[in-house]
Amino acid sequence: MSEPLHLPKRQSGLNRRQAVAAFGAVAALTPFAAAASPETAKKALSDLVKAEPKAGKVQIKTQEIAENGNTVPVTIAVDSPMTDKDYVKAIHVVADRNPQPGVASFMLTPANGKAEVQLRMRMAETQNIIAVAEMSDGTAWTATREVKVTIGGCGG
Amino acid sequence: MAEDIKPRIRVPQSAKKDEIIEIKTLISHPMESGQRKDSQGKTIPRKIINKMTVAFNGKPVFEARLEPAISANPYLSFFLKCTQSGSLEFTWTDDDGSTYKATQAITVS
Repeated sequence: MSEPLHLPKRQSGLNRRQAVAAFGAVAALTPFAAAASPETAKKALSDLVKAEPKAGKVQIKTQEIAENGNTVPVTIAVDSPMTDKDYVKAIHVVADRNPQPGVASFMLTPANGKAEVQLRMRMAETQNIIAVAEMSDGTAWTATREVKVTIGGCGG
Repeated sequence: MAEDIKPRIRVPQSAKKDEIIEIKTLISHPMESGQRKDSQGKTIPRKIINKMTVAFNGKPVFEARLEPAISANPYLSFFLKCTQSGSLEFTWTDDDGSTYKATQAITVS
């Protein structure tokens, strides 16, 4: 586990607000030890996309540190001309430390003109967002982005 | 409660031909994840918007399948290339089977 390595860094700059926030995050997280793992996230993706995804073409834009895990804005952009011959068929998004790995799947058509979607997601703790784009030619592309979460969402 | 669920969409009403416009949607909905427990310790059953479909003049152009990891009041935005005037029809599907609809006309010049 890499978690203990991060801890001293986090404590060094701890002010009162962050201390309260950190406590809240722990309290919110206890009911469910994250059921998703990098392995289940990978499996969820391989169930959705048959082709082995290569790194590239996909861009995940989001904040580096999410103060509120209840609603983290995420933009996924895929490099594609979006013509009838060459377009993005689907974009799948998973997270590897949430109770369940799935986040959302988007089905696109050439009518979109631009392969970019924005969503707002819950993040239980610091974790990776993984996006895979399925192209009309059968290839798949992927990107991973880590988001540090101060207060976990979706526990309540 | 079903009557509290209100879709909101933001679409430019007019666009130039072949212009790519951004469509923003939001539907007020608790997106109950099925992970939370009530004060008696019972799990609150999952109830989320699991799908949003968008059609332009009856032809599907965009679809989103959502999981409980999507925030309450799910916001989604995407793009559309305007080739002709027409109407955009949005349909959200709830876990309980109810659907919520919204439509917006776009004039393309």
